Amino acid sequence: MATGTSHPKRWLAHPFMSATIAASWLLLQQSFAVPQLITAAVLALVLPRVLAGFLGPQVKVSSWATVVRFTGIVLWDIVVSNITVAKIVLNPAREPRPAWVPVSLDIRHPNGIALLATIITTTPGTVSCVIDEDRHEILVHALDCTDPAALAQDIKNRYERPLREIFE
Amino acid sequence: MDTLHPLVDALISLMLVIGALFTLVGGIGLARFGDFFMRLHAPTKATTLGVGGVLIAAMIYSWASGRFGVPELLITLFLFITAPVSANLMAKAALHLKVQSKAGRPAVFDDGAETPGKQG
Amino acid sequence: MMPLALDIAVAAVALAMLLCAFRLFRGPEVTDRLLALDTLYINVVALVVLLGIRQQTELLFEAALIVAMLGFVSTVALARYLTRGDVIE
Repeated sequence: MATGTSHPKRWLAHPFMSATIAASWLLLQQSFAVPQLITAAVLALVLPRVLAGFLGPQVKVSSWATVVRFTGIVLWDIVVSNITVAKIVLNPAREPRPAWVPVSLDIRHPNGIALLATIITTTPGTVSCVIDEDRHEILVHALDCTDPAALAQDIKNRYERPLREIFE
Repeated sequence: MDTLHPLVDALISLMLVIGALFTLVGGIGLARFGDFFMRLHAPTKATTLGVGGVLIAAMIYSWASGRFGVPELLITLFLFITAPVSANLMAKAALHLKVQSKAGRPAVFDDGAETPGKQG
Repeated sequence: MMPLALDIAVAAVALAMLLCAFRLFRGPEVTDRLLALDTLYINVVALVVLLGIRQQTELLFEAALIVAMLGFVSTVALARYLTRGDVIE
């Protein structure tokens, strides 16, 4: 592999990813025999290096407390909005009022934007359709929404602010 | 299924039924809604609580019968990571093909000519 | 209680798959069919996991993992094909 002088490729540039790969391999094999340990180590070293071009720099998380709290909020929102959407689906008298909601972004970190879009889609009732990185905007399709501005503000307060605390 | 604690048994049964019912709700939404973008909300529901619930039940069952339940955990993580990516790509395809939407055409609209950017 | 819950769950997932199949044949847009296919494979993952619990084998869980991966890749490939008319540039 050609290593340029400006960006020398390092071994173990993504320690968290390496650890995850090794752990998943060992747990999938369900054995800690020597050959499996060697295979896990080789995979953990080689895979992040091969993928380095796609990964970008290592993410520095500024506050782990926020990560834990935010994970809880997102999981709770997934359950609550699932129930809300299920009510809409199961009530034949209730026609949903779909709307397009543009959400302007203050967050600039690419991984943060990707994570925000993922969270918007994972909570049922909203799907992020277009991520416009030039205009710093996510176009969200809401299943049932009468006030797009309020929804956009809600997404910003609830998800974007903690993400900015985590990534920036 | 032989020597499960009754509480564990009840918990697994509850998660199984909840998961399967939300999967069914996702299916009903897919069949019932009037336009593509509304139907797009169905798989996100089927994935999160639906398959998520079934997989949590499978994980508890594995732990109760003395295994790690790693494949189940990996499937859950994999589905949570990939489902939004495929939903986003399908939405882009639909916007590109100018599929009708009951919410009208979005004001801001690029027809997917640019690269989709990094995802999850 | 669990065998009964498993029966209910399998029935519900199978019904969901039938509804997906309805959307798959009905369309009307090609993206609707793609969406139905995507939902169908997610439901297949659930069904395979349920059968894995029912028949008490671990092998089926790994099969479900493979179904999940192949389903994702094929959805991405088809969506890109619809957007660009090309899968790999």
